[in-house]
Amino acid sequence: MNYFIIGFYALLIGASSLAAYYQKRTPFVLLFSLTLVSFVMGIVGGESMLWAVTLLAGMIAFSAGVSYSFREFLVLILPRDLAKEMRTAPLTAGFGLFVIFTYAISGIFAPIIAPFGEAEVISSAFAPADENMLLGADQLGRDMFSRIIYGARNTVGLALLATILAFAMGATAGLYAATKGGKLDQLLGRIVDVIMSIPSLIFSLLLLSIFGTNTATLIIVIAIIYAPRVFRLARSVGGNVVVMDYIEAAKLRGEGTWYLIRKEILPNSSAPLIAEFGLEFCFVFLLVAGLSFLGLGIQPPTADWGSMVRENATLISFGEITPLIPAGAIALLTVAVNFVVDWMLYRSSGLKE
Amino acid sequence: MGDILNIVLKRLGLGLVTLLVISIIIFGAVELLPGDIAQAVLGQGATEENLAALREQLGLNRAAPIRYFEWLGNAVTGDFGRSLVSQTPVSEAIFTRFGNTLFLALYAAIIAVPVAIFLGVLVALYRNTVFDRVANVVTLTSISSPEFFLGYVLILFLAVKGGYFPAIAKIDDGMSLVDKLDRTFLPALTMVLVVVAHMMRMTRASIINLLASPYVEMARLKGVPAWKVIVKHTLPNAWAPVINVVALNLAYLVTGVVLVEVVFVYPGIGQLLVDAVTKRDFPVVQACCLIFAATFILLNLAADVGSILTNPRLRHPK
Amino acid sequence: MSQDKSVLLKIKDLRIEGYSDEHWIEIVHGIDLTLHRGEVMGLIGESGAGKSTIGLAAMGFTRDGCRISKGSSIEFDGMELTTTPASDLQSLRGARIAYVAQSAAASFNPAHKIIDQHTEAPIQYRIQKRLESQEDAMELYERLRLPNPREIGFRYPHQVSGGQLQRAMTAMAMACRPDLIIFDEPTTALDVTTQIEVLSAIRDIVDQFNTAAIYITHDLAVVAQMANVIKVLLKGDEVEEADTRTMLENPKDDYTKSLWAVRDFKRDQKPRPVDTVPLVSVKNVDAAYGDTPVLHDVSFDIFAGMTVAVVGESGSGKSTAARCITGLLPPTSGEILFNGEALPPDYRDRTKDQLRQAQMIYQMADTALNPKVKISEIIGRPAQFYSGLKGPALKNRVDELLDLIELEPAQYYHRYPPELSGGQKQRIGIARTLAAEPAFIICDEVTSALDQLVAEGILRLLDKLQKELNLSYMFITHDLATVRSIADEVVVMQYGKVVEQGPKDVMFKPPHHAYTDLLLSSVPEMDPDWLTTLLEERGVDNIGEAAKLK
Repeated sequence: MNYFIIGFYALLIGASSLAAYYQKRTPFVLLFSLTLVSFVMGIVGGESMLWAVTLLAGMIAFSAGVSYSFREFLVLILPRDLAKEMRTAPLTAGFGLFVIFTYAISGIFAPIIAPFGEAEVISSAFAPADENMLLGADQLGRDMFSRIIYGARNTVGLALLATILAFAMGATAGLYAATKGGKLDQLLGRIVDVIMSIPSLIFSLLLLSIFGTNTATLIIVIAIIYAPRVFRLARSVGGNVVVMDYIEAAKLRGEGTWYLIRKEILPNSSAPLIAEFGLEFCFVFLLVAGLSFLGLGIQPPTADWGSMVRENATLISFGEITPLIPAGAIALLTVAVNFVVDWMLYRSSGLKE
Repeated sequence: MGDILNIVLKRLGLGLVTLLVISIIIFGAVELLPGDIAQAVLGQGATEENLAALREQLGLNRAAPIRYFEWLGNAVTGDFGRSLVSQTPVSEAIFTRFGNTLFLALYAAIIAVPVAIFLGVLVALYRNTVFDRVANVVTLTSISSPEFFLGYVLILFLAVKGGYFPAIAKIDDGMSLVDKLDRTFLPALTMVLVVVAHMMRMTRASIINLLASPYVEMARLKGVPAWKVIVKHTLPNAWAPVINVVALNLAYLVTGVVLVEVVFVYPGIGQLLVDAVTKRDFPVVQACCLIFAATFILLNLAADVGSILTNPRLRHPK
Repeated sequence: MSQDKSVLLKIKDLRIEGYSDEHWIEIVHGIDLTLHRGEVMGLIGESGAGKSTIGLAAMGFTRDGCRISKGSSIEFDGMELTTTPASDLQSLRGARIAYVAQSAAASFNPAHKIIDQHTEAPIQYRIQKRLESQEDAMELYERLRLPNPREIGFRYPHQVSGGQLQRAMTAMAMACRPDLIIFDEPTTALDVTTQIEVLSAIRDIVDQFNTAAIYITHDLAVVAQMANVIKVLLKGDEVEEADTRTMLENPKDDYTKSLWAVRDFKRDQKPRPVDTVPLVSVKNVDAAYGDTPVLHDVSFDIFAGMTVAVVGESGSGKSTAARCITGLLPPTSGEILFNGEALPPDYRDRTKDQLRQAQMIYQMADTALNPKVKISEIIGRPAQFYSGLKGPALKNRVDELLDLIELEPAQYYHRYPPELSGGQKQRIGIARTLAAEPAFIICDEVTSALDQLVAEGILRLLDKLQKELNLSYMFITHDLATVRSIADEVVVMQYGKVVEQGPKDVMFKPPHHAYTDLLLSSVPEMDPDWLTTLLEERGVDNIGEAAKLK
């Protein structure tokens, strides 16, 4: 028993008692379950486990703080109606927006932020971190930190392009099919059903084995695989709008299909479509990362998170966390986007009731 | 009952047609190769004689439709031709590996399905409480993380630092079941983490959806106790969505396994596929894709038939 | 009606709050209510009056997102429900207070047989064993005049019609012989001829068991048949309470009077013009959805400046007839003439001018206006589309149209539909049709989604517009009160056929076709003795559904 352990439990139990005394239900449940979890963890893992719990709690508290201040910052700078939305946003959404913002900055200003070029060999292979290299060197002696920064531009950029392309194809076709109905709608629906019954990773492996892996092919292949999902969603969202009487009124007025889509259907489908864009981006991003991890995505020497994990994977067996950094970068961004999407979906479903 | 049989048969027929169309796509994709397979295998420097010889050997001189039916006919009987790289029959390599993949998927499913459904019902009952919100954040995080991230985190903490489980999941036929389960625990756990999160969220959503329906309110107003509202009034109507959730995730387990197999160097069909793609060994790629697609379609089919069979409106027609 | 006059339910200063936009907002503002044993109280009010919320609160129940404020008191047979623990409340529900919901189809669990849902509460409370309870259910079914009472309970909810399900639900509420039943608009979703059956069944059984009831509805004539006492509600406040006869004969409050007066609107009937071609002529039209035929040899004429009401119950084909005229559903045979010229059957083949001439107003103003488009654009688009108006000319036209529908242009020009009330939305819908300068307008149940006062305003507006612009209306409705107020001619439809047609005064005077008679006599009247008299006239075996088939 040392001072750390005593202090650790004293703090937790004190805080939960305080919460109970003031009848704050939520904090009490949180704190008390943390205490119980720590008991178990402490017994199983000893003091080091308690340190890990402390560290984790600290990290969560820190990110909650960051999310809170970022949310308040957005409330201040955004125009009024958007600010009103932001004020009621959960902290997770604030966190997500903050992360997305950070990634966007590092992606756009990569050459300015990164101390070295993405393919620049500056030291020996797997050199440890020093004052020059924040995260050490990779298997060829390139600066890990610079490559992570460039990766934000390459990996995210490619996924974004592919998603936009998939959306342009899928949403247009989906809304068109919903508006037109009839034979064309059924035909497109069938085609989409077939494409979607091949698992996306498998389908992309098949196509990439045939067409080879350069950036353009990669984007097109991924867009083709994901466009059907967007189609299906746009078709169903559009389908819900098309049955509305105002669409019938516009049809009876003699309006053309293009007018119907642009003026009547799109404004009423935008909320779920935007949320879907976020979700789709996550899927595409994970697929790109997965393909790169398998060595079939973005090709070297371009810095890319998926391939960085693969190239440095051997370090794991020496207990180094280096390969986890690019993998974590991928996870963090998808988590962030998912948090924001979750909030948007909740909002749009809440408005309906 | 005639009605329901009809619907099920129709659904089965549709599944079969889909599978057929997919086999055409898989076969046809290879036909799209710039040049042909022979060109792709031998490269640009190949002489005309060599090319002609290989074409003769692969039967490329005949029309594509004839070769397609031959390929399909053989595939149905389990013969996928010979690997271009090793020249051994593809089926030899595939079947043991597919067995391994199924073993891993099953292992993960047996752990994941009960846990996920239990937790899903639990969070649905305690919706909008702290418990629910924490679960929401944790499951979202788990879904968002790439499998290799989860895999390496597990390896780092449970294998390298903790030393509880082996980091590499090498198995062979001679091993006992217990050994196998121990060796494959980490890859199974990786998949469990992703799948549980997914299933939990979907179960929660479908239960909450049902809890909002007027007949549940009616049951509560009739004085039915809370547990009975769930067991008697919600669950019988929840089967269809839950079956869908389970089937969808089983399909994921079988097909999403590729990355996990690579991380843990597990001798499954996913690894084989990745190797074949890298080496452009087309017969193997085609075979793997066909098997994956068939499994995927089969599970979706099972889900649809399951929800048809549990729908009271269809089971008891007017 | 009853001997034991002790107080059963006493509600004092009931306040209920609802959660919206992160705030608790009071939606019921201090209601007092006293109900004696065996008494039936009618709660009446328009949408948003808080009727259902109060009804549920009488069971100590609030929907998600609502709560009963502190200081409210709900005393049921000496028990204070606001402080009763949840488990005790639960054992009260079903046993001593029961609930009958608006939509029986949605409120029965699709996975269980009707009788199993019936016996659930009696078995739960150990009042009866399964077989006893089933036997009892069958007896109740018989009392409620359900066909095949010994067999119907063993069907699944989706195998039984709406009116029958509603009676089965009433039987279910009776299962434990409760002291109090809350009826929450039990006949609103039903056709008039079916409504009669359910009403009489409910009234008889409540009478037989001397059960107290709270009957919630928005239909005055219905409540007049069912209740001993009526309480009028408006936006969560009580307006007045009196016993039924007093209330009907001598309402005190202005709001109540206005509710009673709604049905007084009537206009003179116009005769059919002679020696002219009808503006719209439906000639021997057959139509089908896929393979299901819905219209059989339907013919009727609509002359310029006249209002033709097409009446019928759900499934009679009245809306389908409108779809044929607009060209949304091309007839399988027969034709539609406009000014004597045949229109192309499919709207896609019609000219811009043909489309312009026939316009449509919809039942649900909510779905008829695009929520994401400004009022100025909703009204302006047809003017722009058909007449090519632009800039200031277009703005002037929109202002003119807003004036016509009696909405202040400056105030509504830049607003969006969700910001408007139901009546205002319906007016915008009317303005949109007027913007096309049509000769003929189809009004599809335009008032049935609106509260009575608002509906009357819309009817008056339509009448005014008809006079000013010489419009012809085809008025689709199931509500005969509406027909009485504004129609010139009436077309009665049943099962996709025209049963009878003619000028209104002829149609509303006997002798009628049997179905017209049934339809007319089934419309509840404000007279509290109406149902009793009607049932005596018809005889028990000849009400509603049964009569319809004869």
